[in-house]
Amino acid sequence: MDLNYSAAELAFRDEVGAWLKANLPDDLRDKVASYRHLAKDDLLRWHRILAAKGWIAPGWPAEWGGTDWNVVQRYIFEEACGYAGTPPLVPFGLTMCAAVLLKFGTDAQKQRFLPRIYHGEDFWCQGYSEPGSGSDLASLSTRAVRRGDRYVVTGQKTWTTLAHMADWIFCLVRTDPGLERRQDGISFLLVDMRTPGITVRPLRLMDGGHEVNEVFFDDIEVPAENRVHEEGKGWTVAKYLLGHERMNTARIGASQRELEKLKDLAARQQKNGKPLLEDPRFRDRLSRVEVELMALSVTNLRFLDQLRGGRAPGAEVSMLKIKGTEIQQALTELMMQAVGPMAQPRTAVGDTTDFDDFTAALAPRYCNYRKTTIYAGSNEIQRNIIAKMALGL
Amino acid sequence: MNFDYSEEQQLLAASVRRFVEKQYDFEARRKIVAAAQGCSAEVWATLAELGLLGLPLPGEFGGFDGGAVDLMSVMEAFGEALVVEPFLATVGLGAQFIARAGSDAQKRALLPRIAAGEMKLAFAQTERDARYDLGHVATRARIGRDGWVLDGDKCVVVHAPCADALIVSARTSGNVTDRNGLSLFLVDPGSPGVTLAAYRTLDEMRAADIVFRNVQLGGNALIGTEGAALDLVEDVVDFATTLVCAEAVGAIKYANDATLEYLKTRKQFGVTIGTFQALQHRMVDMVISGEQARSMASLACAKVDGETNPVERRRVVSAAKIRIADACRHVAQEAVQLHGGMGMTDELKVSHTFRRLTMIAQQFGDADHHLERFAGLQ
Repeated sequence: MDLNYSAAELAFRDEVGAWLKANLPDDLRDKVASYRHLAKDDLLRWHRILAAKGWIAPGWPAEWGGTDWNVVQRYIFEEACGYAGTPPLVPFGLTMCAAVLLKFGTDAQKQRFLPRIYHGEDFWCQGYSEPGSGSDLASLSTRAVRRGDRYVVTGQKTWTTLAHMADWIFCLVRTDPGLERRQDGISFLLVDMRTPGITVRPLRLMDGGHEVNEVFFDDIEVPAENRVHEEGKGWTVAKYLLGHERMNTARIGASQRELEKLKDLAARQQKNGKPLLEDPRFRDRLSRVEVELMALSVTNLRFLDQLRGGRAPGAEVSMLKIKGTEIQQALTELMMQAVGPMAQPRTAVGDTTDFDDFTAALAPRYCNYRKTTIYAGSNEIQRNIIAKMALGL
Repeated sequence: MNFDYSEEQQLLAASVRRFVEKQYDFEARRKIVAAAQGCSAEVWATLAELGLLGLPLPGEFGGFDGGAVDLMSVMEAFGEALVVEPFLATVGLGAQFIARAGSDAQKRALLPRIAAGEMKLAFAQTERDARYDLGHVATRARIGRDGWVLDGDKCVVVHAPCADALIVSARTSGNVTDRNGLSLFLVDPGSPGVTLAAYRTLDEMRAADIVFRNVQLGGNALIGTEGAALDLVEDVVDFATTLVCAEAVGAIKYANDATLEYLKTRKQFGVTIGTFQALQHRMVDMVISGEQARSMASLACAKVDGETNPVERRRVVSAAKIRIADACRHVAQEAVQLHGGMGMTDELKVSHTFRRLTMIAQQFGDADHHLERFAGLQ
């Protein structure tokens, strides 16, 4: 047994790390490090830097711009980005829509959409959840009626991340409501967000941020050529996408970076005249998270090693999501607790000048990260998946 | 043994509940939070009318001689409604210093006005590196021509922006963390040399960092005995800690009620999600946390009112704060999780309750702080 990366993998990791160090703009690095809001331009600027390097879509086939990296290299790259603190790559176009197009799309659809996704020309969002269909996605009721060469779509999507920035949305819609199995009669449509009849309404979260939206379709017309895969086979597409989750779902690199930041922060806080980092109670709690993260990083590599042969990922993705999000939440909570009474301030009133934005971001960030165990399949649903798929319960 | 409220306490609880239902539903609160002041003059007048502002103040100065047990139902109702008014800052902290250690002249001048709703207070105690250590005070007061001269920096003074007077802890002798040498002063926030930098807090209250530079105070600004304020500060903060424990019980009750309602109405996979055993057990654990918190809040209220042994009193207050801090975290986190995405939204009250519970868990010392204090008092 050898738990280490090979010499070639280590060299690759160094290459990626050095490139990130040289090419991640300082202002973007600072914004991420100080938990400031990232605007659409920030996200796109980083996207285009990676596109210019040829590293924006490692998982795509080489003919469309992929890098031909194996699963381990892709993992190394993604974790290096997380550790370096790059802006996130919004996955809806690059990872999700692209995966669907590559597997089910027509040549015309691929030609039309993939290059624009690659170069950051179209910003995508995902129209899955509905008010009555969250964990139970197959119960969705957004209706699409075929009229000639178009679909007329009516309904509502919710929790639509970054819909307010998006040019396009991919949606699951019901084209045939009369079927016994709810998974049947669903289709997968690509919708231009500028289509008349679409309304985007922000959903403000408890940290005050605007990430998610409600999206209303009021008898909008969608060309039939924008349907991916056969009519009524949308659930097959959705299931394929679920199995296509990236192997960095545990976000080890980002958590390692946050752990270092937490130690640094705790070293700068005073408790009983000594750095908080030396306080045994705090140190113990921090160490427990560190150990959990250490274990998860090895677990992640073990799963990755099993996938080298090309087997599709299964229930392990759910395990990585559960533990990864629990660790992320524990880290945000310790950050908030580290600053003690200073966690209370949130926004300045009036002309308060020397307001400490970084410290004031810690408690809202703790609040915001509660979403991680809810989104992308709540951790309860992930446990159901493991129970069913892996354990046969 | 009798865990029931007295008849008087029950009447009080009922009238507070009526006030909250009439004047402080979630929409009314939303407007108050968004207003320039961040609190409501109208509500403050009602609290005075109901006698709540004088409840724990001496009868001879316009109060009702009540204690923490009397305030328990009030704080619980405030917690359930997420009241953001400066009640704790004024009545639970500020007025307590005057009532317990003020001169007759100070009591006569201030307490009736506080009880009548004409004066709000805030307690300026926390400093940058003090964390939760009440004895850690670097702000200094030296003897000046007409009394005292105050210099120092305080932070996160909750409700300072609306306070008519500040109670400020300052060192009149000794080093930053000495037990002796701490004194309390009554300061007009409008005095030359006082600068407030105001902000909103995570739980939607107002607070400020305050700089005191060469602030001239009269000789009558000193509250209590010079250099001997730490015991008083600890006692008053313990009293206030007990009150936020009671407030937490109410906020936890809201979070649990709302979550239970959600489990019984939200449908997925054709059934209400409350039929899933995995979620039932978690709901049950939340309810158990709530009951344990209520027990400890009751115990702490009874002890701060009646326990004469200060070590025992402090032990119980810390024990209550440990249990309540854990319950706040547990219930708040689970309430949001079981509400799913809806629990994350600003639109739902449960996310506001989450924020208040998160802050209560750390207010006047987090679980670690009180574990250390509790263990040290064995």
